[in-house]
Amino acid sequence: MTRYVVWAASWLFILVMLVTPPALVLTEALKDGVGASLLTLSDPDAQAAIWLTLRVSVVAVTLNTFFGILAAWVLVKFRFPGRQFLQIVVELPLSISPVVSGLVWLLLFGAQGWFGPLLERWNIHIVFAVSGIILATLFVTLPYVVRTVMPVMEVQGRDAEEAAVLAGAGFWQVLWHVTLPGVRGALFSGVLLTTARALGEFGAVSVVSGHIPGETETMPLHIENLYNGYQSVAAFTMAALLALMAMSAVLLRSAPDWLARLQEKKA
Amino acid sequence: MSIEVCNLVRLAPGARQPLLDNVSLKVPDGAFVALVGPSGAGKTTLLRAIAGLDNCDSGSVLLDDRPMTSVKDRAGRMGFVFQNYALFPHMTVARNIAFGLDVQPRAERPARSQIARRVEELLELMQLQGMGGKHPAKLSGGQRQRVALARALATGPRVLLLDEPFGALDPIVRRSIRTWLRELHDTLGLTTILVTHDQEEALEVADRIVVMQSGRIVQDASPMDLDEQPATEFVMEFLGEAVSFPGEVRHGRMIPDDELAQPFVVPEGVTDGPVVAMIRPYEMRIQKPVSEQDILSLYAVPRGTRNGYRHYTLQLGERVVPFYRPVNEADVQVQGIALDISRSRLFRQGLLCV
Repeated sequence: MTRYVVWAASWLFILVMLVTPPALVLTEALKDGVGASLLTLSDPDAQAAIWLTLRVSVVAVTLNTFFGILAAWVLVKFRFPGRQFLQIVVELPLSISPVVSGLVWLLLFGAQGWFGPLLERWNIHIVFAVSGIILATLFVTLPYVVRTVMPVMEVQGRDAEEAAVLAGAGFWQVLWHVTLPGVRGALFSGVLLTTARALGEFGAVSVVSGHIPGETETMPLHIENLYNGYQSVAAFTMAALLALMAMSAVLLRSAPDWLARLQEKKA
Repeated sequence: MSIEVCNLVRLAPGARQPLLDNVSLKVPDGAFVALVGPSGAGKTTLLRAIAGLDNCDSGSVLLDDRPMTSVKDRAGRMGFVFQNYALFPHMTVARNIAFGLDVQPRAERPARSQIARRVEELLELMQLQGMGGKHPAKLSGGQRQRVALARALATGPRVLLLDEPFGALDPIVRRSIRTWLRELHDTLGLTTILVTHDQEEALEVADRIVVMQSGRIVQDASPMDLDEQPATEFVMEFLGEAVSFPGEVRHGRMIPDDELAQPFVVPEGVTDGPVVAMIRPYEMRIQKPVSEQDILSLYAVPRGTRNGYRHYTLQLGERVVPFYRPVNEADVQVQGIALDISRSRLFRQGLLCV
């Protein structure tokens, strides 16, 4: 009996808290019909926002995957002074409010910031430009690959890598042929989490972007803009699209499990 | 390929006792050397140092008189087999074996067909025909061990380093793979260093045994010398069951403190003073009573047979000691008046007396 109560309660909670919001977003988006909803996406500013979000995500995910792997590898396989500290620092973006991290970039690279005048002289724009958005996104999404890959690398141990080194493999060969294949599941998971986070980042990006429609507005920023301008169908359509993208990234995470189970059933 | 280790020192961070304490070792070409010792003696540390896996604080390792400074120097010339095999789980057996060849720079790498032929050759040598397509997870412990060996041998190294390679195998497989390994060593003309904590295994396969204790080499000798002339009490105990009798040498005779043990004549050169006599259970003998009045103060309790020896236990005052006699000995004397320990080795302050 208790089991069913708990079971029902958890389902109810999940339905209300997690399933209802996206469902409501979708109904709001389709309020005037599918045609009207899709029409809002043909707006040049909307398309620019979608493209910008995709570009920023691709760059942020690529960089954070590459450096995340190296960081995890160094943190797991080597013991050096300051390692503990570094481990804590890596998690900083998880605990700091994204707005605060955005402000830091403003402080560093803004017109009144430390490096502002210098960058101005060389005609490099970071704040209120795409590069600032990428920086902010990088900061916010940094921990995911590192944190998902590290525990698996820990379990993996060093033996296989040492065997590879003794067989004559170089650094990159060891990483590519031995270390990474061993952690591919976790890595995949980390990359998709990073993607989902990069797509949806609002706070940090909002501070550094300057909200220039068609130029520095990502999807989340554009949604806010539309909503504040009472264009609710357009806002919710964009929101539904964003939610769909992020959710498919998260759903993809469990794909390897399904595939494995499918193969087991066949075998 | 000969290996020479010169004055290796490796300090443990934060500990006073060094992991390797000025270790020197010469292994001639073609030798099969076993490194034995209790856990924490530094056997694996020494092996890893020879392979270049860990950096040492001082000392050097020479391969055919050429100093090896990094792992790169050794790559492909030394095969290393890890205790837990360390196979690459995502690769097939064939890919595992071919790894050392696959990672060679393009200019030196053999053609794909040549690599495939080499893998086939090794699979056959390891008695693993037809297993090339399997993944390591599908193999038994003994098979995995042989794959690890094949991988270590793929690049044709002249030196084979084995870190407790049989540790995880069951006793029967262990025994068969042991003799097989010795044959492999002989046919391929390798120079092999084997780390093991099992002294029996070491005695069986190696031509030379290096006993280590707390980061030092205590003795480096042939199995026979090691048995006849163990350098220290520790070596004597480590190589097999031993019973010790403290006592004193007076006028060329050893008088054991234990009254049930008979005094015996010591070899020339042993000076007077306190000593410890140590003897193997199968080297002791029970003295038969000479006359009717003799009190039978010794009685051996049978405990079963093993390896052709009948095992007994003897009550000697407070302690119980093991005592073995060959099973086929016609007259097994199990009662007597005293214990003959004249085949003991004598130790003074832990070291063997000449």
